[in-house]
Amino acid sequence: MDRYTEQRLFGLLARASAALILAVLVMVVGVTLWRGGRVFITDPAVAVTPPGSRYMLDGGGGFLHAVLGSIFIVVPATVVASILAISTAIFLQSDYSSERTSDVINMFLNVLWGTPPIVYGVFVLTIIIAAGAQTSLIFGTIAIAIFQYPIMTRYADEALRAAPDTVKEASYGLGATRFETARMTVRAALPGVIAGIIMGFARGIGDAATVLFTAGRSTQMPGGPFDPATTLPILIFEQAASFNAEVRSHAYAASFVLIITVLALILVSKLLAGKFARFAPGGRHS
Amino acid sequence: MGTTETNRSDGSSRLDRRLLLERLSSYWLVGAGFFAVALFGLIVLTLVQQSIPIVSEYSLFQMMTSSNWDPASDEFGFLPAIVGTIYVTVLSMAMGTPLAILAAIYIAEYAEGRTKLIVSSFIDVLAAIPSVIFGLVGLIVVVPFVGDYLAPAVGAHSIGLGIVTVSLVMAIIVTPFMISLSVESLEALPDELRESSLGVGATKWETIRTVLLRAAGPGIFSAILLGFGRVFGATIVPAMLIGGQTAIPESPFDAGETLPTLIVNDFGELMSIPLTQSALILVGLTLLVVVWIFNFGAMLVRRRLQRRWQY
Amino acid sequence: MSNETAIRTEDLEVTYTGNREVTALDGVSTEFAENKLTAIIGPSGCGKSTMLKSLNRLHEIQPNAEISGEVYLGDEGIYDTDEPLPEIRRRVGYVPQTPTALPLSIYNNVAYGAKIHGNYSNSELDDLVESYLRKVNLWDEVKDRLDDPGAELSTGQIQRLCLARSLAVEPEVLLCDEVTSALDPISAEQVEETLEDLKEEYTIIMVTHSMDQAKRLADDVVFLYLGELVETNDTRSFFENPQNERTQEFVKGHTAVDYDDEPDEESVTDEQPVATR
Repeated sequence: MDRYTEQRLFGLLARASAALILAVLVMVVGVTLWRGGRVFITDPAVAVTPPGSRYMLDGGGGFLHAVLGSIFIVVPATVVASILAISTAIFLQSDYSSERTSDVINMFLNVLWGTPPIVYGVFVLTIIIAAGAQTSLIFGTIAIAIFQYPIMTRYADEALRAAPDTVKEASYGLGATRFETARMTVRAALPGVIAGIIMGFARGIGDAATVLFTAGRSTQMPGGPFDPATTLPILIFEQAASFNAEVRSHAYAASFVLIITVLALILVSKLLAGKFARFAPGGRHS
Repeated sequence: MGTTETNRSDGSSRLDRRLLLERLSSYWLVGAGFFAVALFGLIVLTLVQQSIPIVSEYSLFQMMTSSNWDPASDEFGFLPAIVGTIYVTVLSMAMGTPLAILAAIYIAEYAEGRTKLIVSSFIDVLAAIPSVIFGLVGLIVVVPFVGDYLAPAVGAHSIGLGIVTVSLVMAIIVTPFMISLSVESLEALPDELRESSLGVGATKWETIRTVLLRAAGPGIFSAILLGFGRVFGATIVPAMLIGGQTAIPESPFDAGETLPTLIVNDFGELMSIPLTQSALILVGLTLLVVVWIFNFGAMLVRRRLQRRWQY
Repeated sequence: MSNETAIRTEDLEVTYTGNREVTALDGVSTEFAENKLTAIIGPSGCGKSTMLKSLNRLHEIQPNAEISGEVYLGDEGIYDTDEPLPEIRRRVGYVPQTPTALPLSIYNNVAYGAKIHGNYSNSELDDLVESYLRKVNLWDEVKDRLDDPGAELSTGQIQRLCLARSLAVEPEVLLCDEVTSALDPISAEQVEETLEDLKEEYTIIMVTHSMDQAKRLADDVVFLYLGELVETNDTRSFFENPQNERTQEFVKGHTAVDYDDEPDEESVTDEQPVATR
């Protein structure tokens, strides 16, 4: 094969690969919206109706319990995880830790980042059993927060690192303490930090493996933090292969809700990043 | 006169407050900083401690090589799940890696302007779609495709669910992470590398293959390992699409199981049979250890590559 | 300029179309003599680098550069041609401003282009690598460590390695973009000495912002100002008897003021891809 043919061939292959991946994306989103959309046309209230008494068998009622479960589990988890993540990221900057310390912590963060979510699920369940408690909403929250923590920390750390040193210098130059300076740096890095929190939220709301054995797989409306609950991904996971078409259709509708939520979150994160970029002296990054 | 006095004392008490806040916040930040270490330690300790019952009862080697998984009669053979995991990981990576690297090359080296912006935002979107949705679409689209077309076309029999189906879906799920990391490494390369190579008359592709892929090699290598970790620990998609069969698969078109699906399928029974719980926690520990070994190995290899392929 | 012309430009115009349009070269027609070293000089941002890169179409890797006019290599145009682009770039080699080792061994850095273009046996390649490393006065320094990564050399050595790499594909013209500006004085002197040796055999076109360097090395000088060709002459006449008023000012201004501030010329060429990101 002569070198110009090779050059054309691989140029074509590169284009084809990108096209294939985009085509798959369009297909995944399309199929989800189409199948879920049809369910919503016949039963518009399915996402805001509480489940019937024999929900898993006949699909009576709707899946409001999973919608609420997702919100009650993921929102608090995101709040806890983002506070921890931002704090860790601040500590990782040179004002608080030596390069050696931050290298060690980063190594552990990387391991946590690569840890399969199912391991977090098993870990939290082990704790539940050891504590003699039962699977419930609060443990789902804990599991999701653990899962989100390394993701958000990485985003926040990257954002803080990218913030220009001049902000720090200016702040210290005015006699600010480390903490006051850190707050200023976070402000300068806000677009990246916020994008990280939203991405963490999106990952948390979409994950099933962490909450599968920790939140309780309930088929009723969530009661309190110590009652079993369920989330949209769990609902989809359990109902997608059901033999009952009615039950299966709820999985499609739930996927519709989930994918719209995730797409909206990405959109919001991009818009917010643009909006907050005004505070970032280095312009927008990421 | 009085006002200056007040101001000064007010100022010093304000300074005290600021310094107190500084001290308190630094305690919190140090705590948060080491939270990652503590969390990791706690997870490992818990899993190790809970795995002890099964390990003291059966030898690790025996469990790894036995293909009989039947907790009810005290048989804990992991081999089918191990084989399934290897099958899925190898197949998905074999399909996903070239796809991801080529797509990354397209985005970093070929696409321009608006096209580039659109394609890379689409990749971001793909990365954020929950895997349970991939599983669902897999059930709707890939299962019939494999069962009715792909398997017959290669002369195999398949019910649609199975290792190939999981691998096809995982190959797609894993690409966006590999793509964005690879694109980052390629774009971080200085233009001088491109100019130097093109300047001696290399074609664009020769430049990419010989120069850019090497110079970005350490980053791309990390991307591949990250993808590996994701496939290896993937839970939901295999659980939905692999068909759950506790025997060693004879062909990739067979149903099977992976280490994570073993946990998903059997964790419900654990309350009744205590050793099962320990066995499954051992599986979880195995996942963690393998990912850890890979991370560590990746670091070493990366360092080597960085020296060998420096520019 | 009585010598044979190696490469000449005709009405060369380069425009960067980004969010704002920048005309980097505005209708430049000039000639570069064979086997001589021509220096392109001029203030920062006047299109020197663009001029250089347009001579082997390297500016085309910036996504939004538009060009009109023509460059003639011998008798044939390099824009309106059937000849494949890589072949043109082989014939007109380029050494970038920053010393850049390819991510290959020292040996393969030199052999890289040769391997692409021809079928050499291993022993032929060995000879070729040795002869070109000798040509840039690098052989004695690296002969015992040919398998080490090229990037482990010092920057001055890397710059000479780049020269060897470019020469190894036997170009007709060699373009050098401020090749000493990133080097310490001693390394810069070594590279200058190498160029001094090479200009007997090769047509070299060099961008420089150091007038002293142009005086020391160049046979001819091309003076660009804001994308336009102001004056071109042999070095002696150029500095001693400048014809154009602007040249006079520039030459005089240089002797008075130290014209060595970092060029922000890059902002013209490099800003473009950033803007599209």
